[in-house]
Amino acid sequence: MTGAREMLNTLVAVCIAYALFLFAIAFAAERIAAHGQARWLRSPAVYTLSLSIYCTAWTFYGAVGSAVRSGFEYMAIYLGPSLVLIGWWWILRKLVRIGRSQRITSVADLVSSRYGKSNLLAVGVTILAVIGTTPYIALQLQSVTLSFEAFSAGEILPAAEKGHTALWVAAGLALFTVIFGTRNLDANERHNGVVMAIAVEAVVKLFALLAVGVFVVWGLGGGLTETLARIDASELGHWRIDGGRWAGVVLLSAAAFLCLPRIFQVLVVENDNETHLRTASWAFPLYLGLMSLFVVPIAVIGLDLLPEGSNPDLFVLTLPLSQGQGGLAVLSFLGGFSSATSMVIVAAIALSTMVSNHVVMPLWLRFAEPGATVSGDVRGVVLLARRLSIIGVVMLGYLYYRLSGGGEALATIGFVSFAGVAQVLPAMLGGIFWRGASKAGAVSGLILGFLAWNYTLFLPSFGAGVLMPEAWFSSGPFGLEFLRPQAMFGLVDMDPLLHAFFWSMSLNTGAFIFVSLFSFPQPLERLQGAQFVNVFEHSTGPRSWTGNVAQSEDLMIMAQRILGARDAQDLFEREAERQGGRGPLPDVTPHFLETLERELAGSVGAATAHAMVGQIVGGMSVSVEDLMAVADETAQMMEYSARLETQSQELARTAAQLREANAKLTRLSVQKDAFLSQISHELRTPMTSIRAFSEILRDTTGLRAAEKTKYASIIHDEAIRLTRLLDDLLDLSVLENGQVNLNLRRGVLSDVLDRAVAAAAADEAGRRLEIRRDRDAEQIVLHTDLDRLSQVFINLIANARKYCDAPQPRLEIRVRAGARLAIDFTDNGTGVASEAQDVIFEKFSRVSDQKAGGAGLGLAICRQIVTRLGGDITYVPGRGGASFRVSLPADLAIAAQ
Amino acid sequence: MSKHVLLIEDEPNIIEAISFILSREGLAVETHSDGTTANEKLRGAHPDLLILDVMLPGKSGYDILRELRADPATAALPVLMLTARGQSRDREMAEREGVSAFMSKPFANSEMLDTVRSLLNGPPGNA
Repeated sequence: MTGAREMLNTLVAVCIAYALFLFAIAFAAERIAAHGQARWLRSPAVYTLSLSIYCTAWTFYGAVGSAVRSGFEYMAIYLGPSLVLIGWWWILRKLVRIGRSQRITSVADLVSSRYGKSNLLAVGVTILAVIGTTPYIALQLQSVTLSFEAFSAGEILPAAEKGHTALWVAAGLALFTVIFGTRNLDANERHNGVVMAIAVEAVVKLFALLAVGVFVVWGLGGGLTETLARIDASELGHWRIDGGRWAGVVLLSAAAFLCLPRIFQVLVVENDNETHLRTASWAFPLYLGLMSLFVVPIAVIGLDLLPEGSNPDLFVLTLPLSQGQGGLAVLSFLGGFSSATSMVIVAAIALSTMVSNHVVMPLWLRFAEPGATVSGDVRGVVLLARRLSIIGVVMLGYLYYRLSGGGEALATIGFVSFAGVAQVLPAMLGGIFWRGASKAGAVSGLILGFLAWNYTLFLPSFGAGVLMPEAWFSSGPFGLEFLRPQAMFGLVDMDPLLHAFFWSMSLNTGAFIFVSLFSFPQPLERLQGAQFVNVFEHSTGPRSWTGNVAQSEDLMIMAQRILGARDAQDLFEREAERQGGRGPLPDVTPHFLETLERELAGSVGAATAHAMVGQIVGGMSVSVEDLMAVADETAQMMEYSARLETQSQELARTAAQLREANAKLTRLSVQKDAFLSQISHELRTPMTSIRAFSEILRDTTGLRAAEKTKYASIIHDEAIRLTRLLDDLLDLSVLENGQVNLNLRRGVLSDVLDRAVAAAAADEAGRRLEIRRDRDAEQIVLHTDLDRLSQVFINLIANARKYCDAPQPRLEIRVRAGARLAIDFTDNGTGVASEAQDVIFEKFSRVSDQKAGGAGLGLAICRQIVTRLGGDITYVPGRGGASFRVSLPADLAIAAQ
Repeated sequence: MSKHVLLIEDEPNIIEAISFILSREGLAVETHSDGTTANEKLRGAHPDLLILDVMLPGKSGYDILRELRADPATAALPVLMLTARGQSRDREMAEREGVSAFMSKPFANSEMLDTVRSLLNGPPGNA
């Protein structure tokens, strides 16, 4: 049939044109980025579209096939990632933050970096990723070939030609990826060309699928309601999904979404703005929703219109073809082509980064002569390794395709791959959320999960008798029935996929947690663990190097070879400047090595960078001694800064004390002035009268005898007043200086009060103060200085007599024995004004303004005495009259007899 | 007509002493011992000379002096101030408030008489 051949030729031309178009877009994007106008290239929309590499040819074509075979199951595959983006947004944010702060280049790098930059883990994850991804790449090649075949309209192409198609496609993809995927060595830098191309492809595939859908619904199905009716009529419209499998697939696709190398590449590595996640969290589910919108209508109408036995995986293509819509079919083909190529390109970049960083480079470092990092052209080696890895990965996919001969049900390979890469999930999530997760745990979990996945899913997926003897399926290996690969330990009736997912993840997670709990992480692991888990608290790296032997020049030469001369020089200059600019090259400090290592990690991965710096600095890995040294240094710095802090606190305290002392001195000086001025006043006042009257007596002639007597007695009284004042002052001075000797004696309180009342209750004029007492309560034996106590009582009684302003002055003395012995003196006057209550115990303060002959020292003396006796004296407000309470410690009192 | 002296002082013995000395010189002496009502007393008494103690109950002598200097009726009244504190700061404060003469306690009776006489015979220099 020449028509079909012509059609194929046209298709090849369209393919080449489309490929050239993608090359042009990638070139343009790189050019724009190189001119620094890449702002729109880095928009959240482009980021979201690039995530759509999740939708490969498997979902583009296979969703319809899946719908035909198992109804709405295809939705689960879209639901998983949607749930991750909507509900696990915070996990993604943490991943992205870690990826950016640690300059993570791949899933393997993430896991390796977290568990102490372990290359073993990196290699393990890389192998897992390669094994998991290769079938997937084969699947893409197969879908392109199948879709080519669909255009041949029944003409069976020779097997060789099929292979040629796949080979050409593979070669073209490898070329594209090599050109645009290895433009910059730093895997952490964005591949603008690639990202832009896959964003365009994302638009093409969505547009193509929607176009086919619109054609099917409105062109073939006779409109929306008609189509819905047809869906209802077909058996597809009925919900016939096993709930368990549905949930399992949602979970599986969610897990895979986080672990798939290509998704990680666009989600984390290519991300350059955390906030883009916010947009993606709603826009990407929306994209997936649109992708799944017309799947069921296409499936239903396809089943109706196409002949029995047509491959439902190709309905998207064959439906327009069968209706003579050549143009639409080509568009649909381009959609599928886009899905396949974008997946292969990104997967090849992601895998090649892993392979070159974790397999090729370590091997090269091991076998190259010592010091190769200094003398060899590492930059070239890395680039070459990366490029060869890309070609290797794509060709591996091609080989797999050729050898497997192309399976019929595309979706099955997809799930096998999903379950394989999902094995990284426990180590990954555990690593970023659990500080206790250890390398041993991660390795055990990965190995166990990988083995379980191989045994229960991967090997059986080739079919009974291909890689696994048929007998094992029915009766288990060596007749051990409980080890049947699809019915382990009696889980007989479980869906094989779920069964495998269940066992591999359970064993993986179990081993991971168990071994982590019982193993002790290496020092570097613990440092990295803290960095990862607490990434939001501190986004700086650990100081894991002590650089005392390394030469800056060596490091410089090596860095130039990896980063390129300009970038390396910039980095070193920046560091030297940061260190204080003592020379053109920075000192080899732990901080500098750490920065350098992180910069290099962006190009060659954390483990390799660590190893390369290690070759120069000496010591391939960080020893406990190194860490101890770092810890010591840190501890010393902390101690030093703590000491500085203490000193400055002490200074602040001293300053505060000085300020306080100064304030106190000022206060004292004011007090001293006031005191002197008071003393002066108290002394000069009686002196004035004495002098004036003595001069009168001396100078005045003709004084009457009565006058003479009166003036002489004034002189006499004032002299006594002066003496009393001096006595009080001396008494107070002695008390205040603590020079007083207490004369401790035993006596009864009522006797002391009796003496005080006798001495103070009446003034010279004979006016008596009425005093009320309760003698029974006063029968308390005291052991104290009874004379001093009596002095206090006399003062209080005399004050009441002098200052109580009631018409019938009365003083009540009440004694209460309790925890402390309280003796209250309460009169029936107006009391002391509340503003004066605070100061009455101060020297020279008088209870009232009325002159009453006192110097205002009485209460001050009382307070001094009572304090010496171990008690205190207070004014009790709110008792009506003035009320003073003398309280003494109870141990002065010996219970009344 | 004998000159009229108002003495504002709260110590009874000092009141008696000053009254005695001035009365014997033929001066009419009126006394008052509460600071708060001193200015009212002064407006009613129309003295030729005021002798004012600094430390008075209720109101200080400085305050009384400031108020009487602010009142036009008494702004020119000769005022002799007495203080028992006798620090130079007290003298400065009194002079700032416009005192005519200042004397610290205890004083010689003759000194008191001389000062009172010179204040009653007009401002110093005019005599």
